[in-house]
Amino acid sequence: MTGILAPGDEVQTAEAVADAASSGTTLDVRGGGSKLALGRPVQAEAILDISALAGIQLYEPEELVITVAAATPLAEVEAALAEAGQHLAFEPPDYDHVLGNDGGGATIGGVIACNLSGPRRITAGAARDHVLGIAAISGRGDLFKSGGRVVKNVTGYDLSKLMAGSMGTLGVMTEVTLKTLPRPKETRTVVIEEHSISSAPEIMERVAGSDAEATGLAHLTTNAGARSSVSAISRADGAIAIRLEGAGDSVADRAAALAEQYKDAKVQILDHEQSLTLWAEIRDCKLLPANHSMWRISVQPDSVAFVAARISVGCDAEFLVDWAGGLIWVAVEDDDPNEGPVRWALDGFSGHATLVRASEDLRRRVPVFHPEPAPLMALNARVKNAFDPLGILNPGRMVDGL
Amino acid sequence: MEMPEPNQDVIRRSGELAAALSAVLPRGAVLDREDQRRAYESDGLTAYRQMPLMVALPETTGQISQVLRICASFGAKVVPRGAGTSLSGGALPLADGVLLGMARFNRILDIDYANRCVVAQPGVTNLAISDAVASRGFYYAPDPSSQIACTIGGNVAENSGGVHCLKYGLTTNNLLGLETVLMNGEVVRLGGKHLDQSAYDLLGIMAGSEGLLAVITEVTVRILPKPQSAQALLIGFDAIQAAADCVAAIIAGGIIPAGMELMDGPAIRAAEAFTGAGYPTEAAALLIVEVDGTQAEVRSLAGKVGEIAKTHGATTVRASASEADRAKFWAGRKAAFPAVGRISPDYYCMDGTIPRGRLAQVLGEIGSLSERYGLAVANVFHAGDGNLHPLILYDANEPGQLDRAEQFGADILRLCVSVGGVLTGEHGVGVEKRDLMGEVFSEVDLAQQQRLKCAFDAEGALNPGKVFPTLHRCAELGRVHVHGGKTRFPELPRL
Repeated sequence: MTGILAPGDEVQTAEAVADAASSGTTLDVRGGGSKLALGRPVQAEAILDISALAGIQLYEPEELVITVAAATPLAEVEAALAEAGQHLAFEPPDYDHVLGNDGGGATIGGVIACNLSGPRRITAGAARDHVLGIAAISGRGDLFKSGGRVVKNVTGYDLSKLMAGSMGTLGVMTEVTLKTLPRPKETRTVVIEEHSISSAPEIMERVAGSDAEATGLAHLTTNAGARSSVSAISRADGAIAIRLEGAGDSVADRAAALAEQYKDAKVQILDHEQSLTLWAEIRDCKLLPANHSMWRISVQPDSVAFVAARISVGCDAEFLVDWAGGLIWVAVEDDDPNEGPVRWALDGFSGHATLVRASEDLRRRVPVFHPEPAPLMALNARVKNAFDPLGILNPGRMVDGL
Repeated sequence: MEMPEPNQDVIRRSGELAAALSAVLPRGAVLDREDQRRAYESDGLTAYRQMPLMVALPETTGQISQVLRICASFGAKVVPRGAGTSLSGGALPLADGVLLGMARFNRILDIDYANRCVVAQPGVTNLAISDAVASRGFYYAPDPSSQIACTIGGNVAENSGGVHCLKYGLTTNNLLGLETVLMNGEVVRLGGKHLDQSAYDLLGIMAGSEGLLAVITEVTVRILPKPQSAQALLIGFDAIQAAADCVAAIIAGGIIPAGMELMDGPAIRAAEAFTGAGYPTEAAALLIVEVDGTQAEVRSLAGKVGEIAKTHGATTVRASASEADRAKFWAGRKAAFPAVGRISPDYYCMDGTIPRGRLAQVLGEIGSLSERYGLAVANVFHAGDGNLHPLILYDANEPGQLDRAEQFGADILRLCVSVGGVLTGEHGVGVEKRDLMGEVFSEVDLAQQQRLKCAFDAEGALNPGKVFPTLHRCAELGRVHVHGGKTRFPELPRL
């Protein structure tokens, strides 16, 4: 490690990367540093600290658009939006609990670079769906932009999508323009008591396929529910949580009507405040123990029961299901991530498993991101080369050798 | 419009190429007679025409893989084509290129209600997907006006929207998976029935890539349960500005309508004369606002929208009283293009996107341009997402009018860019707007985009001449200059 480069603005950042390119110096790109434990550990010769690239540059609530420097703290962005009654609808999660951080370091650029989305992913889309435009510096030191500040745009390739989720391996994002949306004024949660991860998916499928318009649909096992600070949840023997949101008083009526449909089970309705608490716990995965290894599995929703059963055969694990069955959090009760049983569990299903919590050493040895077929990996390598031909940006962060 | 220099060697060897393709395709799937090729000489943008070298009509992914390999070995270019409804010349053939017709990929492969998705071949029409799942109360959300004809593969290539995309998103937001074939014949699957990708978001790149990166052979899209109910409001104004202010106020009120469309006076009158939708013909602007959801939600939202309209000087407010009513309200808007086609021998449809708040200014300036060019214009506007479709009226039989219409159109697009917008919201760059890309992007931006194309198609054989104003060879774009360890910026702070 030759030191820390701390450019003061976008131009200096481009110079720093161009400089690193010309000397072949590899860079560990950091904003707030809150997601260093996500992905594979980077071994680079210098740290590129872009935390000076902060601040809201444009916010026009009536246009539903905000432009921010990449290292602007997420909390600052959310506070500005809240003041105008808006939010980022993809519900950016806070993984400090999962990653074992003290908290507070998350930046907007980091959230986008990791493409992290909360429970509203099922209706509002992912973080990447809310990125309207970006400015970034390629591994050549070129500052390029893509997209714009409008929602509907096919002017050139959508490089913003590519930057989202690329974990700083394709470019150093300096600025992002995001779509903002009105914050729902009312929230209710219909809670159906159900402890079994093999019975819950059927009910979740029925709700997701109905016109109830649930913006959150999760299953908590008895153990997971017991960790909630919402007493109605912690006292229940497991729960299916169904979130309803809206602009007005009709939300309460909708919740009552939905609860009525499931009156044969034990059903409760959480009020607005209780709902906010519960969904933040689900979003940040606070209902699972984060003392060993954790996986985040994106999967076709109808396979949940099967995948959980397969994993349970191979190791001791706790589960939390979000995204109407599309997301399974797995807390393995072992320091070894048990990659074999977890990835085997997806065999024959559409999906991928990401190792989100493990020691640095294990994250170096176990593929953090799901191995893909050779032609796709080769294409990914060519894409990397198109942006960072010298391989100086976050080398190895996603895949060994890339 | 200048296209890449045809490769005379490929043209000379066309008989050999046709024979090689015929050997891997079903009987009759290679069309090389002039009368057969004629049908493919243009797409929805009929101002540009070019006969393809030949047309190939494969039926399977394996055949496409072989066709692309053969074309690559001959150095022949390939232009993919769905239904040919492109309004930007995205499927314009090349004199030395094989036109790859996807019409035979016309089957829905899997309707999966449990995972709320449909797997379809790319030649299936947009509307056919919604129709296939309607009996179970589902639909596919993006609904471009051409949905009865345009194909899902073309929708992915152009990242099509429709009138409901403010709330439900564009194609890219509803796309779960693709099977694609690269120019080298490799089959690459992206995504699937799950959300988000593990490696780079190549699905996101394929959406809106205008057929330049890979041939799409299978598409997985998510389907949604139909909302319990929906209601549309027709709101008339005597000034465009009042309508634009009303749009801003609805959004400021925390309401995201399912659809929010604005038409100006000429568009209102043309649509009313054509469809009898019940539009207020004396209005200067008409707003159609649709809200959907549970009945309680719709009642509440429609009430609020009505109130906002009244406080913003609406001259008329009518709410649909039935599904038939609602369909009638939309019929006028959805038929706006053909309606304008009735009052003018020809029209040229533009597709810029602008920040919503600049609408009145932009329409005012379009009015001035209309006087300057001596060509009338009617405007329809996806007010929710800022996508503007000015329809320039002209007569191609009058000498010079087409040229004037094209110049007028280019000026409109420059205007869109100057207020913070973009050249195209949903029709694509194609050949039409290719030479205006420099208005939006720097040489550096465009070089980076072309490097991405090189990662998919190193020879630049797939749909060249579209999107990028100048073509660079991949070897030239890929060059890197390393200055052995010299520090060029010694003043940079190092901690």
